[in-house]
Amino acid sequence: MLLVCAASFLGLSFFIALAIICRMIILVKHKEEYKPGKSGSVRVLVVAGSGGHTTEILRLMESLSPCYNPRHYVIAETDTMSKDKICCLEVSRKYKYAEQEYTIHKIPRSREVHQSWSSTLLTTLHSLLYSGPLVFTLKPDLILCNGPGTCVPLCISALLLGVLGIKRILIVYVESICRVEKLSLSGKILYYLSDYFLVQWPNLKEKYPRSIYLGRVV
Amino acid sequence: MCHESLQKDYMLLGVAAQPDTECFGIPLQIFRELGFEKLVLQIGRGLVRPEPCTFGDFTLEVFQYKDSIAEEIQRADLVISHAGSCLETLGAGKPLLVVVNDQLMDNHQLELARQLHRDGHLYYCTCKTLADTMKSMDLSALKPFLPGKTEEFAIFMDRIVGLEKVD
Repeated sequence: MLLVCAASFLGLSFFIALAIICRMIILVKHKEEYKPGKSGSVRVLVVAGSGGHTTEILRLMESLSPCYNPRHYVIAETDTMSKDKICCLEVSRKYKYAEQEYTIHKIPRSREVHQSWSSTLLTTLHSLLYSGPLVFTLKPDLILCNGPGTCVPLCISALLLGVLGIKRILIVYVESICRVEKLSLSGKILYYLSDYFLVQWPNLKEKYPRSIYLGRVV
Repeated sequence: MCHESLQKDYMLLGVAAQPDTECFGIPLQIFRELGFEKLVLQIGRGLVRPEPCTFGDFTLEVFQYKDSIAEEIQRADLVISHAGSCLETLGAGKPLLVVVNDQLMDNHQLELARQLHRDGHLYYCTCKTLADTMKSMDLSALKPFLPGKTEEFAIFMDRIVGLEKVD
């Protein structure tokens, strides 16, 4: 059992490393060329975490034009509060704009707070089994996320679709406003995997030069 | 009975905070001296549960949880809290005093509270310095916390996805 885990871990790590390298090459060369909005609408996958994460991401979603449609929200199975907040926002959008569509999907959490690292690998792999097919089915043009653990398997799935030539998906990560000096764990991972990585404090821009600083956006 | 217990016991306080017997502990007298007429206490899952009461012109209200604390924040002239409620309170335009549990030094929410304190938006103290901070702070010196510029984000997104209008 241990050998199987170790082998899977090594295999997965190798594949991820390879994907990262390919991804970096693609990013550097072709990022500016991919403009899904040229068609007039952008299909978005929004990763909503719990509590503060959801509040922040919904504030960002509120600012986006009706061209960002349809919107597919993904929340963790164990998250009970985010669904209400999402529905509230979407109902108000329906009053403002015509023909808006949204869906809400649930996937298992990849990591609970204070969960041990050894079990995190298994739960992350478990989340990947759900997030992979979900991203493949939805084929969004853009993934927008801001830090909850659920975003890592979703972004890895998006990365895989891009690397395999199935669908190019822009990954936009906005680090939470609560992160002033250090990135979150999701942020540290997605700093290398995302197309656009936004931070909201100048200290982080200095430490992470690849990031984009627009000031406080939330 | 109520009057005696208030004088003798150290009351737990902290609107929208989880009171911790070791950290939070100052007499209600300080609130009276500073001119507050009412203290509203959210005790959450706290172990000590003071009884609501009134003495003289001062009232203590206590509740465990509310669906939305927004109304209480709107009514308050000062909010004392742990670091997690910064944005909600500052967004409502209310003066905020953040009390830090120094046993939780790796709490990432402290980063935000510290930065907002440096920027002059809130006061910040530990459990031990709470009483002194309350006496010395000047709420009118706090700078308003403006909402984030979501429109900058929208402009940025339109540009990177190719929705930006080109004149």
